[in-house]
Amino acid sequence: MSDPNTWTIAEARDRLRGGDVTAVELTEACLTAIDGAGALGAFVHRTPDIARDRAKAADDRIKTGDAPDMCGIPVGIKDLFCTEGVPSQAASRILEGFLPEYESTVSGRLKSAGAVMLGKLNMDEFAMGSSNQTSTYGNAVNPWRRGNDETDLTPGGSSGGSATAVAADLCLAATGTDTGGSIRQPAAFAGIVGVKPTYGRCSRWGIVAFASSLDQAGPMAKTVRDAAIMLEAMCGHDPKDSTSADLAVPNFEAALTDDIKGKVIGIPKEYRMDGMPDEIEKLWANGTAMLKDTGAEIRDISLPHTKYALPAYYVIAPAEASSNLARYDGVRFGHRASLAQGDGITEMYEKTRAEGFGPEVQRRVMIGTYVLSAGFYDAYYNRARKVRTLIKKDFEDVFGQGIDAILTPATPSAAFGLGEMADADPVQMYLNDVFTVTVNLAGLPGISVPAGLDKQGLPLGLQLIGRPWEEADLLNTAHVLENAAGFISKPTKWW
Amino acid sequence: MSIDTETARKVAKLARIRVEEEALPALAQEFNAILGFIEQLNEVDVEGVEPMVSVTPMQLKRREDVVTDGSMPDKVLANAPDAREGFFAVPKVVE
Repeated sequence: MSDPNTWTIAEARDRLRGGDVTAVELTEACLTAIDGAGALGAFVHRTPDIARDRAKAADDRIKTGDAPDMCGIPVGIKDLFCTEGVPSQAASRILEGFLPEYESTVSGRLKSAGAVMLGKLNMDEFAMGSSNQTSTYGNAVNPWRRGNDETDLTPGGSSGGSATAVAADLCLAATGTDTGGSIRQPAAFAGIVGVKPTYGRCSRWGIVAFASSLDQAGPMAKTVRDAAIMLEAMCGHDPKDSTSADLAVPNFEAALTDDIKGKVIGIPKEYRMDGMPDEIEKLWANGTAMLKDTGAEIRDISLPHTKYALPAYYVIAPAEASSNLARYDGVRFGHRASLAQGDGITEMYEKTRAEGFGPEVQRRVMIGTYVLSAGFYDAYYNRARKVRTLIKKDFEDVFGQGIDAILTPATPSAAFGLGEMADADPVQMYLNDVFTVTVNLAGLPGISVPAGLDKQGLPLGLQLIGRPWEEADLLNTAHVLENAAGFISKPTKWW
Repeated sequence: MSIDTETARKVAKLARIRVEEEALPALAQEFNAILGFIEQLNEVDVEGVEPMVSVTPMQLKRREDVVTDGSMPDKVLANAPDAREGFFAVPKVVE
């Protein structure tokens, strides 16, 4: 029998019910793997006591024969989710010592379903970053390496710890959040599956807010089937989030029929970027051919405003962040700077925020402040929101013409080395999200599926974008793509 | 639109983030790189386009205007850096 921590959710579920393994044994296997993986920097707060308690309870529940699919499944929770009594810092110094008095809706749903929380996962500070290098905890490291080259690579970001933990078999699956690509880009860099649901599918309540009109939680898992199982447990209407959709949650796993005959897959010409590596181009062409071979119709489409998605995002997301992060003022929770004689409340705010926020967060809060300031609001913020309307309309137009899903590369490159982008200006780092950010601006569901290795042996992902609320259909197409691509590679253990 | 050191100082002040004087020129330069990138939006014809308010066309739910929560001062104050006698404590605000 292989080590239980390497199993998929589906396999573990079936074996738990078959009595081959207990949730306690499964959890212990993960806790041992976590203890041996300090070099990966994935788990930043470990909760072995909570995990063991929940595993015991899960075993009891499974014995009654009436347990949900996630019951007894060990998972990691991104540090952005507030978890009652467990540090929840959004990887920021400003929330050092913060112990939430409440549980986020999504982590609470997983808990109610019997999932076993192993601990909190590393990420970019306040989810602002594409390489996990802005974290106050230090880097998360990708378990994948370039052949025998020992250079540490990024797992991507912001959900970098989640991607690392799943790819290295430290847990069976993990939660992530995605504001501009923060689930899909790290999933692609780590050779796993990541789903960003339709805006409103998962409640945002209790998740530390970055850009509220873009943020969505989603699952990061080893397979499309696992992502389907976990997504179902995470989503559903929540009166505590006014943007949460009051829609029935389908049985996503039951939607995996592998029949996509007659489905129309769009290939957007604007995603063919100048300077895109040949390997990405080839991966995309292969993915297109695979879907065609399984009976889908392939159609060239145009999404004319694609080029403007990143610039619009870098107005809207910082603007919302500057408002959301105004709450970190050293008064109600988290860090407060020590003050000099005679310092007043303004000095307290300014010193607290200078000490508590890292450079990237400070930069984005200030950009947001600038684009919202008197005299620039119309020129930047309102213009960006108008461009966002046009980006969404691009998608509505192609869906109106009968497109069921859109296939694109997930990222413009494979994982890069930690520190390799240190001298680049911030905009270079922002380009990582060029293929994913349109989906957030349009509120659509998107999924990243591992589809191959580059010549250095690093995983590459393809992205499928679906119609709003049609995650079930999207997962089915992704499942077909996953099967056709046959990606089974695992990183060689070096840690 | 080019941001100078003076504008960078103003923005930092508005954002309530202390930035040391010697760090301002580099900050202004970074702002300019990002804003230069954002300037591309000026190429787009947005005449007659409505700015997006909500990405999903949904009616916000309403509820009765009644108290639904409260009476938990200990929990509210549990994470305060400085709490005294049931209140958040801050440096003197009014002279």
